Amino acid sequence: MDVTVLLFAAHRELAGGKANTVVTLPERSTVDGLLAELRARGGGWASLPRRAAVAVNRSYANGDTVLSEGDEVALIPPVAGG
Amino acid sequence: MVWSDITTENIDPGDVLARVGRPGDGAVAFFAGVVRNENQGRPVSGMEYEGYDEMAGKELAAIVGEAAERAGGGRVAAVHRLGRLAVGEVSVAIAVSAPHRAEAFDAARYVIEEIKKRLPVWKREHYLDRDAEWLEGHLPAAEAK
Repeated sequence: MDVTVLLFAAHRELAGGKANTVVTLPERSTVDGLLAELRARGGGWASLPRRAAVAVNRSYANGDTVLSEGDEVALIPPVAGG
Repeated sequence: MVWSDITTENIDPGDVLARVGRPGDGAVAFFAGVVRNENQGRPVSGMEYEGYDEMAGKELAAIVGEAAERAGGGRVAAVHRLGRLAVGEVSVAIAVSAPHRAEAFDAARYVIEEIKKRLPVWKREHYLDRDAEWLEGHLPAAEAK
């Protein structure tokens, strides 16, 4: 299945400047599985911070959240609004 | 009445204030966040705000709804700006009206504190004397490993 990964701010710069990327994963993969897959790409991806919040389809999710085909998964760096 | 917005336009405090208030409300609280000219002793030339637009809109609407409930159904309006802002410009504005001051202050405070905790927005500070930097923020509660 394919999911779309969105990257913001410092994460995007680590990953070479691309704001989004499509990742193919085994069915029933979790958010943690996706993060492991991204880090395994090496380069800047390997240095994605251990501490990251994740949103699936625009709501905060946990590492064990199971993903589905077409999900929009955003890596959320520590937020700094206001 | 609740209202919220994520915008790249200049924020007019009067416009935000005009969205709250009704005859039974005796208190109006207003808060604005403004870009400072220094941070930890370094001269700042401006701030660049980036957001996850679609989620930020949804999250700010949720925060404003929660604040209205806390204020016993008070009127709450909040707007956050994105893009490049100069020193002195308003980055966030919050207005609350309620029958009495305690609920109005409490709800306005709730909105800004929740924005800091969970609104998916990031800021990159620009300095007069060195390269720009993403500021360290707050990690939202839900966390993956």
